Amino acid sequence: MAKPIIEIKNMTKSYELGGETVHALQEVSLQINEGDFISIIGPSGSGKSTFMNMIGCLDKPDSGEYLLDGKNVASMKDNELASIRNVKIGFIFQNFNLLNKLSAIENVELPLVYRGMGVKDRRETAYSSLEMVGLNGRQHHLPTQLSGGQQQRVAIARALAGKPSVLLADEPTGALDSKTSKEVLELLKELNKNGHIIILITHDLEVAREAKRIVRIHDGQLYENGGDWFELAGIHQDGPKEYQRQ
Amino acid sequence: MNLLESIKMALKSIKGNKLRSFLTMLGIIIGVASVITLVSVGQGSSQSVTEEIGSLGTTLLTLGVTDTESVQLKEDMLEQFEDLNGISEVAPIVSGRVLAKNGESSTQVSITGTTSSYLSVRDLSLSQGRFISDMDHELRQKIVVLGSDTAETLFPRTNPVGESIQIDGVSFKVVGVLEAVGSSLGTSGDNVIIAPLSTTQRVTANTTIGTIYLKTEDEDMVSLAKLQIQGVMTTLFPNLSDAYSISSQDDLMETMSSVSDTMTLMLGGIASISLLVGGIGVMNIMLVSVSERTKEIGIRKAIGANRKSILIQFLIEAVVLSTIGGFIGVVFGLGISKSIEIFSSMNISYSPSVTLLAFLFAFAIGIIFGIFPANKASKLNPIQALRHE
Repeated sequence: MAKPIIEIKNMTKSYELGGETVHALQEVSLQINEGDFISIIGPSGSGKSTFMNMIGCLDKPDSGEYLLDGKNVASMKDNELASIRNVKIGFIFQNFNLLNKLSAIENVELPLVYRGMGVKDRRETAYSSLEMVGLNGRQHHLPTQLSGGQQQRVAIARALAGKPSVLLADEPTGALDSKTSKEVLELLKELNKNGHIIILITHDLEVAREAKRIVRIHDGQLYENGGDWFELAGIHQDGPKEYQRQ
Repeated sequence: MNLLESIKMALKSIKGNKLRSFLTMLGIIIGVASVITLVSVGQGSSQSVTEEIGSLGTTLLTLGVTDTESVQLKEDMLEQFEDLNGISEVAPIVSGRVLAKNGESSTQVSITGTTSSYLSVRDLSLSQGRFISDMDHELRQKIVVLGSDTAETLFPRTNPVGESIQIDGVSFKVVGVLEAVGSSLGTSGDNVIIAPLSTTQRVTANTTIGTIYLKTEDEDMVSLAKLQIQGVMTTLFPNLSDAYSISSQDDLMETMSSVSDTMTLMLGGIASISLLVGGIGVMNIMLVSVSERTKEIGIRKAIGANRKSILIQFLIEAVVLSTIGGFIGVVFGLGISKSIEIFSSMNISYSPSVTLLAFLFAFAIGIIFGIFPANKASKLNPIQALRHE
């Protein structure tokens, strides 16, 4: 059996929004194993983003357990979370989130800078991860001089540079056309083959289906086999009821 | 992340916003430059005052009468001072202002009526001719010795010795010209006429001696002599100690340097306020910068920057800004004081300690006013920061 990297047990999170308490996550449990390529699908407002923030260690849950590599993240301090984000998790965002004043290579180097790596080492690492995403010869371009697909590749290279065990992609194809989307997804698949765990967060079933495993999040609850549910037949099962409860 | 890395990063972001960075630095530049300039001017004037007083000789005592109505010093009283133990020379002064004329050229000058001992008591020297002799005083000779400026004004490009000038309509013969001494404590020592005491009393219609310069035998005698003079004055004019004053050069030096020290302190203080205002400017810009770069902070946090790295990044940016400003300010300050020295006759005294202090103050201001914005940046919630556009 594959080794579990991420184990989430009974995680809850709620926050105040305009005087109302929103239960974004209710007793969510999820296990992600080594070599997984999982997509998390759900409509907007389903708690998808909150869940991503939890997995990405950007936020702490109200209750429940989150074990990353066997360590409980839920009880960690800000600084420990920062170093986990630096070492264990690579973020890929919908709108790339590159620093526009830094060149491609400097953007890729950034996580290594925070790790305290020497100048020469990190330049080499950054070079090779840019190479991996196929951006040879564009190392010194500014993000504004690159196309959307290229920018996303730089972002992926940045996520890869730290050699994290988990790549967390939040709508990575959201801002790209279908052709470049496909290329980016192919790249993610390839990375998965190389041993990275990929967590793909999306609202697009087509994209979600590229993953080996699909979970659905809805109203703060998590359901396995999310892909099946979104089949036309599935919608008639309990879909409307599900929405009416809201 | 090491310090060098952070400084590089800070320089990069300062370069990215050149105009804004320059304007921010301007506050610090002006502050540091004005501290340095004002303090050098202040210390320079304090130094020149001290030097001037010192150059008059430390064995000099001055008896000045402030109320000539009640304390009327006469010539016959001078002997009592001359007889005192430790006093080597006494020079009485009667002064006034007169109009001196030579043909077409005329000038308003102060006339000093005195005796032959004045020359040695005041440490003056002659460039031409001779000084007043005791005989001139006795015989009420109408002769004068000119200060160098007066000589230059009345006799341009000619030798005044042997010529005669008109003082308030009376003809006087010029017997000598003094060496230039420069101005001292705001009064020019060169724009004068020196005449025998008796003659001056007649010209100015003033017989009261306003000042007596006394020279002691050596420096150790100064305080003893001062007491003795006090004694003589008390016998001559009982209960009128407020109407005259006896001061040694040390007293004068002390007073003057305390005055100019206070002035220097005040100037430095005022300039420091502008430095402080410059610091507030740095804080203001850093706060703007933090809110402008919220997204950047979010990204940096997401990829693993901890609170400390963000804090250090913004703090170093503020410190680098104010340090560069401080450095430019030092250069400007020294340049301005140098040009003041060249283009005006003011005396400038550079003080390395004040320069260093102003620079360090600028550095400290960078830290003090940078810490608040930097702390604000480091405390940003990464999720909200990432969502920020």
